[in-house]
Amino acid sequence: MIKAILIFNNHGKPRLIRFYQYFAEDMQQQIIRETFHLVSKRDDNVCNFLEGGSLIGGSDYKLIYRHYATLYFVFCVDSSESELGILDLIQVFVETLDKCFENVCELDLIFHMDKVHYILQEVVMGGMVLETNMNEIVAQVELQNRMEKSEGGLSGAPARAVSAVKNMNLPEIPRNINIGDINIKVPSLSPF
Amino acid sequence: MPSSVRLQEMIRVIRSARTQGEERGIIQKECADIRAQFRQGDNGERSHSLAKLLYVHMLGYPAHFGQMECVRLIASTRYSEKRIGYLGAMMLLDEKQDASLLITNSIKNDLSHSSQYVQSLALCTLACMGSAEMCRDLAPEIERLLRASNSYIKKKATLCAVHIIRKVPELAEMFTPSARSLLSEKNHGVLHGAVVLITELCKHNPGTLDQFRKAVPELVQIMKGLVTSSYSPEHNVAGISDPFLQVRILRLLRILGHNNDTASDAMNDLLAQVATNTDSSKTAGSAVLYETVLTIMDINSESGLRVLAVNILGRFLLNNDRNIRYISMTSLQKIVQTDHNAVQRHRGTIVDCLKDQDTSVKRRALELSLALVSAVNIRSMMKELLIFLSTCPPELRSHTTSGIFNAAERYSPSKRWHIDTILHVLTTAGGDVRDETVPNLIQLITTASELHCYTVHKLYRALVKDISQQSLVQVACWCIGEYGDLLLKGECEEIEPVQVTEDDVLDALETVLQSHMSSPATRGFALTATMKLSTRITDNVDRIRSIVSNYSSCIDLELQQRAVEYNALFRKYDHMRAAVLERMPVMDKNSPGHTNGDTSGVIKETDPSKLKPVEAGLLSEPASQVCDLLDLLDGTDTPLQPSPAPTNNPTTTSSADLLDLLGGLEPAPVLTETVYEKNGLSLKIQCDKQTDTEVMVTLIGSNSTQNDITNFTLQAAVPKSVQLQMKAPSGNVIPAHGLGQVTQTVVLNNPNKVSLKMRIRVSYSNQGAVHQDTVQIDSFPSPTCPPSVSPL
Repeated sequence: MIKAILIFNNHGKPRLIRFYQYFAEDMQQQIIRETFHLVSKRDDNVCNFLEGGSLIGGSDYKLIYRHYATLYFVFCVDSSESELGILDLIQVFVETLDKCFENVCELDLIFHMDKVHYILQEVVMGGMVLETNMNEIVAQVELQNRMEKSEGGLSGAPARAVSAVKNMNLPEIPRNINIGDINIKVPSLSPF
Repeated sequence: MPSSVRLQEMIRVIRSARTQGEERGIIQKECADIRAQFRQGDNGERSHSLAKLLYVHMLGYPAHFGQMECVRLIASTRYSEKRIGYLGAMMLLDEKQDASLLITNSIKNDLSHSSQYVQSLALCTLACMGSAEMCRDLAPEIERLLRASNSYIKKKATLCAVHIIRKVPELAEMFTPSARSLLSEKNHGVLHGAVVLITELCKHNPGTLDQFRKAVPELVQIMKGLVTSSYSPEHNVAGISDPFLQVRILRLLRILGHNNDTASDAMNDLLAQVATNTDSSKTAGSAVLYETVLTIMDINSESGLRVLAVNILGRFLLNNDRNIRYISMTSLQKIVQTDHNAVQRHRGTIVDCLKDQDTSVKRRALELSLALVSAVNIRSMMKELLIFLSTCPPELRSHTTSGIFNAAERYSPSKRWHIDTILHVLTTAGGDVRDETVPNLIQLITTASELHCYTVHKLYRALVKDISQQSLVQVACWCIGEYGDLLLKGECEEIEPVQVTEDDVLDALETVLQSHMSSPATRGFALTATMKLSTRITDNVDRIRSIVSNYSSCIDLELQQRAVEYNALFRKYDHMRAAVLERMPVMDKNSPGHTNGDTSGVIKETDPSKLKPVEAGLLSEPASQVCDLLDLLDGTDTPLQPSPAPTNNPTTTSSADLLDLLGGLEPAPVLTETVYEKNGLSLKIQCDKQTDTEVMVTLIGSNSTQNDITNFTLQAAVPKSVQLQMKAPSGNVIPAHGLGQVTQTVVLNNPNKVSLKMRIRVSYSNQGAVHQDTVQIDSFPSPTCPPSVSPL
């Protein structure tokens, strides 16, 4: 079982936290701090598995993490999960984020935290791996987003109208028709 | 998107805060806005507010006031609001909050919603935070969805069922029939969920396990399909077709084939095929291969297959990728108990991994190395482990030292090697050893009597070099105190002789006493050692006297008490000093690993610094000090039983000892009663109450006839609920004319506090005639009760 999924940046600021086991709020923050402390000490060429934290689940759990540019993706799992499998799962999750956000970067995760949660919900449910097929996940997320958009309702109409107008592809209406000096050549008419 | 814009604005503002205080201020303002928003009621803005609240929650600020809002949003009809509401429920609610019960009804309704996305939201939430009551309520719904819905919902319902079974194991039977039929699904997501469900069902109930064994051929079929199928872009990860599903199925096969021949036979071919055909150049392939190896080792597979499996692990071990090496060591750890020899073959590589830079790999290598230590390879392994200890990361040190000690205890080829090893560990990592190391080492040293000279020389040199490692210093002080005369003699076959003068020794001890690095316990050791030296050296007794009297006004209570008592020994009881401070007898081995002996043994083998010269029982609690001295002056010829009572020292560090003291027995004079007297043989009995339920009885046989009594044996019987433990007798020959005695200690444990009775059969030979007699003891001489126990 996956006990927790944490994403934080190189300075330890959380970008996404999801716990599949109940922890009090201050406990959650402590776990994040401790995990960051353990993971940030690691060199780049050592293995991706860590043991030795004591806060979650005692001795049975490991931290499996991957470091992508400025973000650490950490999965806390117990012994019933295959470690290499989880490594692959992290890769699948990141690639899915990439597909959904088009070249995902940290800012995307910051400003669209809820969307990231919805994507994660399609991959891991209740601490168990739900779906690993990227295309399937992306398709489902797309459909759900469409459903949310379609039932925007009346209150959303003004905002939608504004964004629609902004995005409208109107051809440029020329405002200033600048007729510069035109040499109109008048043909010289012969005198009658 | 409207909600995102609001959320994004807030996030932007929060990020612009430059200090923590500024951020807190902004968030407080935002939270106030959100609270006002919630109070206002429905106006389409609620979902934005909840999204903002969840962001704030992630940063670590309190967000409990959003719980009711989640409940309200879940009950809304709009998908966008339900979505954020359910997310909020999963983040903020859990079964401990009362609000979670309120969403049960919403979930129930949503499970039968027309839109599959709403259904999936409900399923997801139930699987994440469903409490036992919610699971019980909604289980029939889940079961229905398992059977009749599209594959998207089916896979979610399956995992939801797993959660339900974990929360409420009794409901497992409900899902068993549907689980079996799910195996025939084509959709990989559903298959994956089904395998997880079946694994969970098998874990809970062995009966179900038998049922699902019939599904082994089906599983094998599915695996074969995955392994041999041509390239399918959908589930492909680095060339392997759906490795996640393969790994799950292999795990299930492991559970089904464990201890079952028919199932194992059915899988043999498949496992061989997977093991040989899987390409392990990428992580995905390695994951499948590793799972296959574990499965092969765990079921009753044929030997050829097992050899193949261990070879694969060996190959993994040599891989350059650290992840693979880590994984292979983890799996070797799992099989080292059952296939010890196979793993031994890779010992060299494993020991090399101890030198790897990566802490995780080092940790695995350490565990595996400790498991591989055996009588054959103990010397080489220990060398490697000691090298490792000197360079290992701090978090692994205490584990390493205890592992080394265990291994040394079990397999040491000689006492000297054992002592050397422990000394080496103490000098390298003395701060990280277990507390029992010091007494264990001392006990070991006393038993190795031929090595006393060698040991004390080595310890002295180590002490002179470095006094910062407390355990080493304690042991060194103790040994110097005990064997100081050997040290001063200077000669020792095993190491080059060095002349040590009495002044050198006293200097060393004084340095320990005065150093700020010494802990109070260490100072206690040093002071006692100095005192003991007063009988072993000849010239500097005055120096010792002055050191000791200096400490009689020390602030530390323990040291002061010792110093005062030693002073008394110098002044008033100088004639007894030699007897009091003579060599300690060999101690009983009483370590936790040893099954022999309970703690009320003949000599209490605790911290020897608290173990005063037992024969005199002199240095005990101050309250009974006076009566002890009187005891000594009594000069009785019954050897004072080495009862455990006087050994507890009041100022010990552990509170358990203090309690022991208060409940333990005072060394008041014990009563002796004669229980049997016939033909010149008399049997006396002495009682010591250890605890409320334990009594230690000493039987003393003495002989007043003209001839020796030989083959003297005692047998004892007690009422049923009482437990009896007889210690070895001091001998079986009682000399004539009362010149000597035989004592035997018997420990009675009386948990039910029945009235104690004992029947003793005495048998002996006297002048060639064999005698046998029985005596019944109905009442034991009541020992004096300690003041803390209320008398009857």
